[in-house]
Amino acid sequence: MAETQGGRSLVVDAVTHRYPSGALAVENINLDIKGGEIIALLGPSGCGKTTLLRIIAGFIAQTQGRIIIGDDIVDTLPPNRRAVGIVFQNYALFPHLSISENVAYGLAARGIDKATRQREAQRLLDLVQLPAMGERLPRQLSGGQQQRVALARALAIKPSILLLDEPFAALDKNLRLDMQIEVKRLQRVSGITTLIVTHDQEEALSMADRVAVLSHGKLEQFGTPSDVYDRPQTLFVNTFVGSTNRMPGVVVSADRTAAKVRLDAGAEIIARPAGGALSEGGRVTVCIRPEHLQFVGDETGFAGVVGMSLPLGATVVHEVTTADGSGVKVSQARIGETRALENGAAVRLAPLAPSLANAFPATL
Amino acid sequence: MGTAPASRDVTSYGMGLAAPLALFFLLFFVAPLLQLFWLSLHNDTAGLHWGLGQYLHFLTDPFSLGVLGSTLLLGAEVTAVCLVLGFPIAWLYQRVGPKLQTIIILIVLLPLLTSVVVRTFAWIVILGRQGIINATLQSLGIIDTPLKLLYTQFGVVIALAQVQMPLMTLPLITALGRIEPNLDDASCSLGAGSWRTFFRVVLPLSLPGVIAGCTLTYAAAITAFITLSLVGGGQMLFMPMYLYQQASTLQNWPFAAAISIIFLLAVLAVVSVFTTLGRLSRGHGGA
Ligand SMILES: Nc1ncnc2c1ncn2[C@@H]1O[C@H](COP(=O)(O)OP(=O)(O)O)[C@@H](O)[C@H]1O
Ligand SMILES: [Mg+2]
Repeated sequence: MAETQGGRSLVVDAVTHRYPSGALAVENINLDIKGGEIIALLGPSGCGKTTLLRIIAGFIAQTQGRIIIGDDIVDTLPPNRRAVGIVFQNYALFPHLSISENVAYGLAARGIDKATRQREAQRLLDLVQLPAMGERLPRQLSGGQQQRVALARALAIKPSILLLDEPFAALDKNLRLDMQIEVKRLQRVSGITTLIVTHDQEEALSMADRVAVLSHGKLEQFGTPSDVYDRPQTLFVNTFVGSTNRMPGVVVSADRTAAKVRLDAGAEIIARPAGGALSEGGRVTVCIRPEHLQFVGDETGFAGVVGMSLPLGATVVHEVTTADGSGVKVSQARIGETRALENGAAVRLAPLAPSLANAFPATL
Repeated sequence: MGTAPASRDVTSYGMGLAAPLALFFLLFFVAPLLQLFWLSLHNDTAGLHWGLGQYLHFLTDPFSLGVLGSTLLLGAEVTAVCLVLGFPIAWLYQRVGPKLQTIIILIVLLPLLTSVVVRTFAWIVILGRQGIINATLQSLGIIDTPLKLLYTQFGVVIALAQVQMPLMTLPLITALGRIEPNLDDASCSLGAGSWRTFFRVVLPLSLPGVIAGCTLTYAAAITAFITLSLVGGGQMLFMPMYLYQQASTLQNWPFAAAISIIFLLAVLAVVSVFTTLGRLSRGHGGA
């Protein structure tokens, strides 16, 4: 495929941005992205994702730090000289231009002759599976089709980096899945380094080679989906990515790899010190995902009373109230015929394995 | 068909409400217009002979045609000046903070807040032989003898442009405000510079506003009787003054009526060219 530029690398080097209004939107972010990688920038609304994207594209000049694409420091280049392709959340197609004129827009700006432009536009429309739409106007296309056109238009300039800002947020669920697969397919064929901004953790985990989790303008963690999901480094990452039970407790003893924690719910369990060293006697928050809790028959674990049970198809989620009055969720895979738990039944719960319980120093 | 009764109800309801205004227009606009037309069909001032003589006279008289031509040309010049000066103002408006926006709107609306007569006399003070411009240029030693600014085409165009500027700027501000701000960024990220972005994206998408502004400015400029007469003076004759002379001074009411009708048709023709252009531009994308 002609799109391949070998995929250039992207380095975000200690980038900080403060808006003139005083808002510190991005604070000391470091990302080292290899050529051809697909990266998700994940975080709640207002955490600075769009700001960082616009800094990389060149629309905002960061207050501090550098952006390096391939071997070039691009900080002094305006957006039209950075060769960065962008897909905007609302697609931002030119409403007065036909679909092929939209796709060929960047080629016209580069002074490429009309025949070549038309050929390229057609090739790209074929690539995004809209071969017969070239003559139409954007408003005559559905949301998903407009999204494909926006992709084709961004790819037409053979960008060294592709940026997508919440590209699927406006699509309904089925279409979103189609487009996620489509983008991933296009990224594979073109080998282009891709950065997807999203607040949807499932999207980030399913699409990206690596996920950068942001909160309040700071980088919380940058790692593979399983790093982020299974080995979260901060309490924020653990709670934002996937769902989790947060159980307060006190450290009984701790070393670098394991901590014995006395839960307020009334059991001593072994947990992984996820956010760095823990001190004995300090209060901690232990995070255990619903699918990492199991019902045990012996006296290990902590006691609780079953409340509501929600059969969700492949899994069943039980709400259990523990001795300290807090609720935990337990998710069980439905393998064969599962035993229904009576409302009010007394049970005992324990983590599947010590490495699946993450202990973080409690924040006051 | 099934929905027809409901929609007819709505229509008849609306028509009833429009009746007072319709009556008003009928009495004070349509009736005088018909009277004017009837008047123009008289070949003599006494009203004894019927015919198209007044129209024939106007259309074969080089002087009259000259007045019509220069009036239509003047409108075009004023419109062009307003467009060239108004577009940057509207563009700026969409790119500054709310405080500056208020200030810009105030400056744009200012001409509407003062009386036409006062405004026009102000221009006479500015443009006159001993006016502000000549006095300044002379004291700076740039010119020796005062420039003739008042009672010239240049003076009339400048004064009219200032007076009509809001009619151009306000529709432009609205049209530019409707353009999705991301389109600028999209164009830029695709490699287009500011000029290409302006001519390929901003200008085509603001065309409805350009056309609305031009129509309003044009129609208002060529009918601005007071400004045309005072700043234009005796030497420059435009349609409104020509008409006034024929009616009031010469008491030639049939000819004045014919001038009005011809002027009206000429303006309607120009305006419909603008609106046709507008429709074409909307047909090709627009909003
Ligand atoms: N143009 C701006 N001027 C001032 N503050 C802004 C501007 N744009 C965004 N911000 C602030 O910067 C922070 C990050 O915004 P943004 O990057 O848009 O977040 P996200 O895309 O993750 O939702 C927010 O607190 C927001 O209020
Ligand atoms: Mg955003």
